[in-house]
This record gives sequence, structure tokens and C-alpha cells, in this order.
Amino acid sequence: MSSNKKYWKSVEELNDNSSIVETLQQNEFVEEIPTDEFLGDKQALESSSTSRRDFLKYVGFSTAAATFAACEGPVIKSIPYVVQPTEIIPGVANYYATTIANGYDFASVLVKTREGRPIKIENNTDAATNGMANARVHASVLGLYDSKRVKSPMKGEEAISWDAFMSETTSKLNGLADDKHIVFLTSTLPSPSTHKLVAEFAEKYGNVKHVTYDAISESAALDAYEAKYGKRGMANYDFSKAKTIVSVGADFLGDWQGGGFESGYASKRIPDHGKMSRHIQFESNMSLTGANADKRIPITPSQQKKVLALLSSKIVGGAVSVDLPQNILNAVQKAANEINTAGSNAVVVTGIQDVNAQTVALEINEHLSSKAFDPKTTILTRQGNDKAVMQLVADMNAGKVGALIMNGVNPMYTLPNASEFKEGLAKVDLSIAFSMKSDETSSNCNFIAAAPHNLESWGDFELKSGHYSMMQPTIRPLFDTKQFQEVLLAWNGNTMSYRDYLKDVWTTDILNGASFNKAVQDGVFVSSASSTDSETEVDTTSEGDDTASETPNGNAARALASSASANGMELVLYAKTGMGDGQQANNPWLQEFPDPITRTTWDNYLTVSRADAEAKGLVNENVANGGLNGSYANVTVNGVTIENVPVIIQPGQAKGTVGLAFGYGRTSDALKKEMQTGVNAYPLYQNFNAVQEVTVEKASGMHEFACVQLHNTLMGRGDIIKETTLEIFNTKDKHVWNKVPEVSLNHVETPVTSPDVDLWEEFDRSIGHHFNLSIDLNACTGCGACVIACHAENNVPVVGKTEMRRSRDMHWLRIDRYYSSQESFEGDNTKKENISGLGSSLSEFGEMESPADNPQVAFQPVMCQHCNHAPCETVCPVAATAHGRQGQNHMAYNRCVGTRYCANNCPYKVRRFNWFLYNKNDEFDYYMNDDLGRMVLNPDVTVRSRGVMEKCSMCIQKTQKTILDAKREGRPVKDGEFQTACSAACGNGAMVFGDINDESSKIAELKEDNRAYHLLEHVGTKPNVVYQTKVRNTAEA
Amino acid sequence: MTLVIFMKKSYQSLEENSTKNMKQVIYRNLTSQILSLGFILLLTFSTSLNAQEGDPANGKSLFNANCAACHKLDAPMTGPALRNVEARLYDEEGLDREWLNAWIRNSSALIKAGDAYANKIYAEWNNTNMNAFPQLSDQDISDILAYTAEPPPPPPPPTDPTGTDATAGSGVSNNLILGALAVLFGLLAMALILVKRTLNRFAEAKGIEAVAEVKRKPIWKAFVENQFLVLVTAIFFLLASGYFVYGYLMQVGIDQGYEPVQPIHYSHRIHAGDNGIDCKYCHSSARVSKHSGIPSLNICMNCHKSINQVADATQQEGIREYGVDYNAEIQKLYEAVGWDGRAYTGETKPVKWIRIHNLPDFAYFNHSQHVSVAGVECQTCHGPVEEMEIMYQHSPLTMGWCINCHRETNVKVKDNEYYTKIHEELSKKYGVEQLTAAQMGGLECGKCHY
Repeated sequence: MSSNKKYWKSVEELNDNSSIVETLQQNEFVEEIPTDEFLGDKQALESSSTSRRDFLKYVGFSTAAATFAACEGPVIKSIPYVVQPTEIIPGVANYYATTIANGYDFASVLVKTREGRPIKIENNTDAATNGMANARVHASVLGLYDSKRVKSPMKGEEAISWDAFMSETTSKLNGLADDKHIVFLTSTLPSPSTHKLVAEFAEKYGNVKHVTYDAISESAALDAYEAKYGKRGMANYDFSKAKTIVSVGADFLGDWQGGGFESGYASKRIPDHGKMSRHIQFESNMSLTGANADKRIPITPSQQKKVLALLSSKIVGGAVSVDLPQNILNAVQKAANEINTAGSNAVVVTGIQDVNAQTVALEINEHLSSKAFDPKTTILTRQGNDKAVMQLVADMNAGKVGALIMNGVNPMYTLPNASEFKEGLAKVDLSIAFSMKSDETSSNCNFIAAAPHNLESWGDFELKSGHYSMMQPTIRPLFDTKQFQEVLLAWNGNTMSYRDYLKDVWTTDILNGASFNKAVQDGVFVSSASSTDSETEVDTTSEGDDTASETPNGNAARALASSASANGMELVLYAKTGMGDGQQANNPWLQEFPDPITRTTWDNYLTVSRADAEAKGLVNENVANGGLNGSYANVTVNGVTIENVPVIIQPGQAKGTVGLAFGYGRTSDALKKEMQTGVNAYPLYQNFNAVQEVTVEKASGMHEFACVQLHNTLMGRGDIIKETTLEIFNTKDKHVWNKVPEVSLNHVETPVTSPDVDLWEEFDRSIGHHFNLSIDLNACTGCGACVIACHAENNVPVVGKTEMRRSRDMHWLRIDRYYSSQESFEGDNTKKENISGLGSSLSEFGEMESPADNPQVAFQPVMCQHCNHAPCETVCPVAATAHGRQGQNHMAYNRCVGTRYCANNCPYKVRRFNWFLYNKNDEFDYYMNDDLGRMVLNPDVTVRSRGVMEKCSMCIQKTQKTILDAKREGRPVKDGEFQTACSAACGNGAMVFGDINDESSKIAELKEDNRAYHLLEHVGTKPNVVYQTKVRNTAEA
Repeated sequence: MTLVIFMKKSYQSLEENSTKNMKQVIYRNLTSQILSLGFILLLTFSTSLNAQEGDPANGKSLFNANCAACHKLDAPMTGPALRNVEARLYDEEGLDREWLNAWIRNSSALIKAGDAYANKIYAEWNNTNMNAFPQLSDQDISDILAYTAEPPPPPPPPTDPTGTDATAGSGVSNNLILGALAVLFGLLAMALILVKRTLNRFAEAKGIEAVAEVKRKPIWKAFVENQFLVLVTAIFFLLASGYFVYGYLMQVGIDQGYEPVQPIHYSHRIHAGDNGIDCKYCHSSARVSKHSGIPSLNICMNCHKSINQVADATQQEGIREYGVDYNAEIQKLYEAVGWDGRAYTGETKPVKWIRIHNLPDFAYFNHSQHVSVAGVECQTCHGPVEEMEIMYQHSPLTMGWCINCHRETNVKVKDNEYYTKIHEELSKKYGVEQLTAAQMGGLECGKCHY
């Protein structure tokens, strides 16, 4: 039935005489189409010999030509070597032992190279004493292929040759006035051969100073140790020998005193015969270490000093008077009791940047004669001297410095008084920066000496006294670069190559007859009779005028207690796990690495406690697309203000304190635009003190974070992270604390693992390999080395901040971090159990969404669980994902059509969709967009394209390689040979990978362990990833 | 016959004479004088006569065994060219056989002794010592020298590129026969037409009329009117065209038979076929790596340092059959690797080969798995490489082709401890004696796609 309805476009149509309606009836467009813009130039149109017909002909022809040209396949050329090096076989990886030492991170590593290109960093398990590679070390391989590197030496803006550089700098060095110093400003460089070279240089030129500068200083610890033991360095700790660990503000799982302690710590966190270490943490910011502690007491930095002084008085003796709230006093008393009970099995560490505090810690450990405390082995990876640096800046401004030669430092970015430094730099006659980048500092120098990456250099390092580590090049220098030592040799008039010089130094001073080639091959050398040991064995009592012995035990503690005062808020500056001191800020892997605690990427921020945030009106909120928004705040320290610092409300942050991370806010040309994120915290780092009095004011506007975890609590779902206490673990049956979920079958409660309640028929997987991955939640510290290792191994793309904010991150392996909403997760479970009725559930579940002010924290690495009964496989319409007999859930990218059903049906949310083409795409200008950056790609793993799903493959390329190697050699695979990138990167032993059909293997044992459980076991997916229940040592003495 | 004996005798005496004192000849008797005269006569033909003295056939084999690694007859190699070396030495330097013997048996001693020419030639050839051959007897050296003294073979007659060989000739004769037959048929047809015309004329003359045929409906019209037939035909054509379109589309991106022109004409036929070089001598990484590897040029130079020319017959064959100058191709290699005939110049121009076997990025293939573990012959996938003048892609390299082979091929488990346990258990499970690659898990997606 037709209708006579009339539709009105506007009210004007009701008016019969409307001129507008009239006009619209005549003209299709209200306004004149501006054809003049492109047809107006009549003369040009007429004089053109190209007619419309011609134009159409050209279009037609070019379309046809393009069509025909497209029919032909591309011609691919292959260029073999002219002379193939004997050690390179195309398609076979070589491994070289070397060292990553960039002044902040030091680690002995293995470097995997393919066709001569370093593509991945692995742990050098022979060098375990030097600490395992952390996330930044794993990511450092990408720095080699940084497109922003300087490609040749520069004089100002202009590229010059090394010959010109050498002749100009040598003549200038020789022509310096006698009363002017030549100063070397280097990062910590515990290199015996470099020290010798500098000494030789000093001999030749005279009037030479060597200033060591750490961007993030450990001067207090160095001074305290030096005063007590006569050597500049830090005491070594082996947490695997400690049963009770009390830390006062020491983030020893992070970068405290050079880092590298986590392996020892984690080894004692796994309950063994009912025993594990007990860890008590007093701190202000929620650090990685605090998150792993059995008991964490959030206190302000000034309270930390009092706590340490009080601990000292309770352990060592001596009275101190401190005023602390009763609950903290109780906690300190309990901690002291535990320490006294444990005796030499206890250790106390502190991260307070105060010589007295550090001295007190050394005294306590000495008093306890702590087994974990090893003052005879000196850690040498922090050498910076704040006073010397300040003196240097003063000298420069006074015109006393003739030449400033910098290596591995960036003071214009990292110094709190960078502007002063800049003025001084202008007064220096000759300034040279050895740098990989034209960064804040080097671009202001007379010369940039283009420096090679660690992986292109020779080097030697004494990381701890007697523990040497060797650096060898793994690739020819990509650019026209020379390392600092090589140029030093030339300035010294020595024609030797640095490698030969290094060999000489090692042969005469270090090796003591051992083979140099063996040392290069191993990457490490532990000297039995260290040349430096004799120096460290200093009897403290014999030195009468030594400051430490001048103040008998207790004096330092008293001084510490009296120095602790605070008015108003305290700012605690810290280094983030991902970014460290910020020298790798142009590394997209690290920018996109979610911070283990806040799970936020591409930013630093002010961490504020909830109480303080409410008081100041600072908010965090999730907007409609799930993205996290936070208020801005202006942060002022001593007259220096940083404006618009985004705020994150951090559970566990001590009231009255705020935290801010170093390493962000760089604006130099040495970084791509995308990497210039966050705010620079160094201007607040006055007097190299990480604790500052601060005023925080709310600023207008909201900041958009790229936070990858929207939900912070478990809401009582204890089956996601199973937890128990050591007491229950030791005394109760497994069914109590690690119960297999049950369902009702014919009114009989049946465990979900029973075949009777399974929808699916089980395949026989007892033949051949069957891979499982075990993740021990007790040993996992959340450090994230596995995340970066996975990134590097599997060519995982970087998607950038905006995409991260849309939850389109591509990490195959994420480390979920959960806070308890009650005091403990146990409390959450109880609260959930006791909810009854609709009203109660609505309100109480709502409450459980917000974490407690001092929550328990749990980390859980989650990757594809490789379910034997995988929900993703059954919903794929094109059978792109299928199960293999070896337990892996396969993903055939070329088969995938991108319906994303699998991701929707995955209960673990581990599947990642390629929303865009992330390689060779200018919209994603990260490493995969330039030829140089793509050199890091693993040739054994497909680079995925737009529109396909991807996920963890359980490193099938690695298991396949292991199998093939065994086949070629005609032998069975040994236990421990199978590794995934994450399990190989995990220095803590939290991840164990292997074949459960090999009954003697470690993984077969772990799978049957009492602590073993599967994630969301009640879903019945039968995963091949098994978790080990987290056990907390909550027993208080 | 007698002449030969005479000459031989005379030569023997000559040798005696020359080795003793020439002056004694005057005091010889008549016979010896005649013999000497004969010798003088012979000297004028010395080259041909020397050739007669040794056995060139034995000389050739000795030459190939001992000398050919560094010397050629007509071209310099590591050492100088040796054609007519004895005569040239005698003519140009005045050096005799004795010097040659000494040089061949121990050249370095001669150099050390300060012999002028020995030092000169040593310097001339980059101070490279010639190997000592103390094991060669006088007779051996004579044989070799006899071989070197043979006149070079006449250059082969220039070949006609159009080809007028026996095969071409037979083609022509076939054409002739066919032509003749065509003419014959033409004549027959003409005769038939003529006969018909004559008969018609007779009929006309006699007034007989041929019965007119009933006009039938043309077959196409009948076909068009029969709708059922049209439908069936349409379906048939649709199906047929569907078949061909499908076939066409399925071969898009499959480069079976891809045979690009390479920057250097490298003949697998000569290397792997005629010379029987093992594939893995050059493609050595196939044993241990996923790539078979294109050999680096230093591998070529292992042999081509001494082989700077192909045999003449091969060269002719190359020009004739394939239109390629093999010797020029070897020169391209030298240019690429920077070899000036005696030493490396260091100026290299890496060769940009055109890759023939291209698997897509998402397919992982490992040569060592197939070559070392499974013991698959290279030819199974690459075809008769030893017969290919130019390498081409023999197999389709499609997934279906891979999978077929995995279904049909048994896993080689003998002497491989890796397989012992799994093969025993799996074969029991499947109830077979020999497991195929597919039963071993070789059809799983993730084995090749990751």
C-alpha cells in the first residue's frame, strides 16, 4: 500500500514562500562549487596539449599496464658470499659470549647471531655470579640497530673523517695551556684495561683527571663501604644464603646497588622441604621488591631512617630515640625479633641514600655475621662520585678545564643542574663526547666521537672483585665508529689495536697463566687470586683515623635518627624496570614494556597514595574505551617545578610520599618523536638525593595513559592465582590449599579433571614429546625479562601508545599483576564467600574492585596456555589454529582470515590480532619500519601481516630446532635442552620448560607437584602451562 | 720401416755422442760419419724427430697425472704453457734436456744453485716453487716432452649455426617426400574433378536429370530449437570452462619450470652430470642448515683456480647446443671473484644470482631435516639436476606436493637413536612396520608454519 506521507527536510518547507526552498529546487548545491580552483586557469587549460581524450587514454593504458605487470612474479636475487667465513653457515645461529656494560646495566650474556647479525641476547649461564640479564639488557640488542645513531665522527654539525678527528683533537690536546685540566667524564667503567689506558694518557699529557659519573647515584653506599673497607665499591650480597631478609627502602630486585640479586633471592623463595626465606620490606614507593615481600610496611623516607636506626639499636645495641607510630614500632619490633632469631641467616639491606644509613646496614650485617653478606667481594658496577662531578661543573665554569672528554654519559640530560653544566661546557676549550647518539650532551660538544655499540666493541670489566667479564664484538661496526679505548690508544701514541692491548693487560695482570682465548670464549673469568682482594682485606680497627671506626657502633644510627626530619610531602625518585636511567629511551621495546607494578607503558608518572590523591583532588578514571585517564599535577622541589606530571594512584604508596621515575622526558633529536614521552625527573634530583621535599598541586586537564591492565584485583577469584601460607602449606593436605575444582555429575561432586565430566575425548599424548611449561609464582618476581625475550625471539611488533591504549597490545606474554582488595588475597576470598543476597553482592563486589591501601601483590605471567581441549580451535571457521601432538596449539597465519572468533572464545585472552600492518608502515615508525631495525628480526619466525591472529607458539621454532639437532646427531633429546625464549630468559628459575613424556625430566616432576594447578581449571581446557601455587611466608616470629 | 730403424739407431748414437764429446766425431769411421750426417739432417727436423723419440700416448697420461694441475699446453696457468717447451728452451735459452731433467726433478735446488734462467723464471711466476718430481724417470720425461711436442690439434671446422647435419638432411628428404605426395594428391583431385565434369556433360547431353535432394532442416537450426540439447551443452561448456579456469587459477604463483637467465651461465649438467661432483660439495650447508646455500665463489675457485678453460669439445658443444661460450663464463667468475689468472686482486663483484626456488615467508622448510636425517636425494625434489644445462624449478613446491610426499615416505629410522622409542611405540599404535612422515606428525600445521 502506497502512502501519501510527505517527508519534510526542514521547517522551511512549511513556508510556501521560502526563498531557501526555491533556491534548493533550482540548485543542487547551496553554494557555488568552487570549480574555479581547478579549472579557473583558462589559459593553462587551453595551452595544454593534453586533451580529455588523451587523459583517458593514459589512464586506460596505465591501468592495463599495471594489470599486466602485476601478473609477473617478483624476481628475487640471492647474493652469496665471495669468500664465505668458515664460522658462518647461512641458516645456522652462532652464539658469542660477551658483556653488556653501558654504565648502568652490566651483565655477562650470550649473543645469538644469524648470518653475522646479532639478533638476541641470552643468559650466559656460566656467568651466573654476575647476575642474569634483565629486561633492559635483553632489549639492548635493538639499540645496535637504532636508526638515530651517529654514523661517523662529527665536528659540530658536520661529519668528518677519523683522520681529521685524530689530527685536530691531538693538536688541540697538545696545545692546551699548562694550567688547564684534561678531564675524563665517564660512566662507571670497571675496566682494568681502560684504567690503564687513562693512566698512560695522564702520564703523557699530565694534569689529567678522571671523574666517574652515575646518572643515578649510589654515592652513599660507595662512601660508606669505602670508609669501612677502604675500597670504593659495594658489598656483595647473596640472598640465596639468607633466611630472613629485611629491606629498608632497598629495591634489590630492581637496580639497587647495581642489581643482579634476583636469582639468589628467587632460589630461596621456592618452598623446599617446607622452608623458604622470609622477606620484610619497609618502603615508600611500591617497588618490585616490595611487591614480592611477605610483609610490606609502607613508610615515608624519613620514617625509613628511623626504622633503620631503631633496627640497629635492637640488633646491634645502643639506644636511639625515635618517634614512630605504634604500628610501625610494632612492625620494627617484630622484624628485629625475627632477625635476632635468624642470627647469621638474616640480612638487612637499605636503599636510603645516606652514608649513615648505609653504614648502619653494613654494621648490622657485620654484627649478625650474616651469611648472605659478603663484604670481601666488592661490587664495582657503581663508581660514580657526586662530589667530583659537582666540583667538575664548578671547575668548568671557572675556566679551569681545558678539555672535557666524555664517554657513555649524558649530563645535559641527567644532571639536575644541566644548565650550569651547559654554561661550563661553553668555557671548555675542547669538548669531545664519545656517544652513539647526537644527544643532549654530545650535540653541544665540539666533537662527537661516534662510538660503537657494546655488541661491536672489545672490552673487559671487573664486575665484582675477582669476577671478570669479557666483551667481544659480535658484528663488524655498522658505521664509521671507534671506541673510546681505541682513540685513547691513538692519543697515547700507541699503534696497537685495542684488542691486542686488552690481551696484553689480561695476560700480564689477570689471567695468571690461563688461556686468553678461553676467557673470550667463556665471556667470564673468575680469578682465584684477585689482585684487588688484598686491598679489600682491610682491618677496620687498625685504621685509627678512619671515619667508620671513629664512630663506634650506634653513632651512625644515632646520626641517622636525628637526621630524619620531614615537613610536608616527600618525593622518592626511582628507576623503572623498563627504562632504568633513560639511556635506552629510544628503544621501542622498552617504551612498550608494561611496568610490572603499574602496567602502564610509554609514560612515567607521579605515583600518589589514595589518601593523598583524595586530599588533593587527583583522580584516575577509566573512560568509555577502557583507557585510563589521570589528573595532571605540578611538582615543585626547591623552586624547580615540573608541570603537568600525570598522576597514577598507586596502592601501597606510603601516605605523604609521591614517586616519580627517571629516564623519561627526553626531547633530543637522538630520539624519534614517538619515543619522546613522559617528563624528565632529573631536574628534581638535587644534590643527587633521591628523596626530596616536594609540593604537589593539581593542574588542569587529564592525561591519557596507555595502561594494559584495567582490572587490578582478583575479586576473590582465588582460582586464578592460588595462594596459601607457608604454615598451611606445611601442615595441611593439598586438597585444602590446592583443591581441584569440582562439578556435580549425577549429584556426585566430581573433579573437573575426571574424563567423566569432559566434553571431549582425550587423545593419547603419551608417545613422542609432550611439552609443558611450569611457572612458579613463588620464584617469579615480575621482572619482565621474559617479556622482552619473547618480543625479540618472536618478532612481536611494537604498536605505539595510542594502540596500546586501545588494548591492542601485541605482547605474546604478559605478566598480570593483581592487588588484593582486603589486607590479603585470603581476605578477598573470605569476603567473597560471605557475600549473600543481591544487595550485598552488588555493593561488596563493587568494593572489591578497588585495591587496598597496602595490598598484597601477585604476579602471574600469562601466555597461550596451549590447552589440550582448546576453545579457540573449535570455533575457527578455517581451521587456522589446530593442535599438535606435542601439545602445542598451532597457529597457521597464512590460513587465518581474521574472524577473531578464537580470541573471543579464549578464556585467557592471550590471542593478539594484527589490526594493522606493523612492518614497513610509516604509521608505525618503530624498528620494523627501517632496514636497519629489521635486521634484528628472527629469520625463523614469520613476520605477521595485517588481519591475522597471532599468539604464543611455545617457541615451536626452538623445540623444532632442538628435535632436529637431536635427529641429526642420532640421539634422544636430553632434559634441559628444550627451552622457550621466556624460560631461557628467566634467571630466577620460575619458568621451566620441557617434555613431560620424559619421565626423568624436571618438568614431569613439576607437573605432578603438589603446588601445581592450571589456570581456570574448572573451564576444562586442560592447559599445557602449569602454575605452581604461590606460598607466602607470613609466619611472624 | 728400415728408415725408422735407421733413424732410431742414429739417434741413439747421437745421444751417446752428444753426451760425450762432439769433437770425437771427426775421428770416427765412415759409418759413424754417415750416421752423424744423418743426425745433422735429423737436427733440422729436430722437433718432429724428438716427438718420435718418446711415447706421446704415455706422455699424455703422465702429463695429466703430474703436470696438468698447474700447466696447460697452450695457455699459461699456475705455470707457463708447455707446448714445445724443449725446443723453445733450446732455441731461446740454449738449455738442453739435462737442464730440463734437473728442473723437473728438483727445481728449487736449481734455483738455490743460482742457475740464471731458473731464477728468472722463478721470479717471473710469482716466486712459486714448482713441485719436485724425483720419481719421473728419463723415459717418463721423454714421454712427457714428446707429448708436449705434438702439434696442436687443428681448430675444429667452423660449425654452421643453422645446422646442416644428418638430422637436418633427413628432415629435408622427408619434406621432399611429403611434397611429392602433395603434388600426387593434387593431380588425383584434379583428375577426379575432370572426370566428374565429363560425366555431367555426358548426362546433360543424354538428357538425364539428377534427382534433386529433399531440402532438410540445417542441423544447427534443429539444435537451437531443441532446448534440452542447448541446456545440456550450456552446462557442459560451463563445467568445462570452470575446469579450465580453476586449473588456470590454481597455477597462479606456482613457478614450476621457472628457468631464469642467470648472470653466469652455470651448467649443472657439466658439473653434477659429466663431472659427477656431489651436490653437497658445493651446497654443503644443506647438511646442517635450513638453507641449501648458494655456494660462495671461493668454492668455485677450489677447482676453477686451475680449470680456466673447458675442453675444446665441451666448448664446441656449448656453442653449438646452447649458444654459450663456457670459457667466457669462467672469465665472468674470475671477474666476480677478482682472480687475474695468478692471484686474487681483492676487487670482487659478488654475483647476483636469481633465486629459483622461492618458498613463501610463512612456510618453514629445513634442508638438513630432509637431506641429513631423512636421506632424501636432492633429485627427489629438484629433479634431474645432473641433466639440466640451466637450473629450473622441477617441482611445483605447493603444499599439496609436500603433503603427498609426507604421506608416502617412510621415516628413515635406521641407526638413529632419536627415533628408537617413538617409532616403536607409534608403529605399534598404528599397526604398521614402517611409519610415514605423516604418521610421525609431519602433517601438523605448526611443523612448517610458525
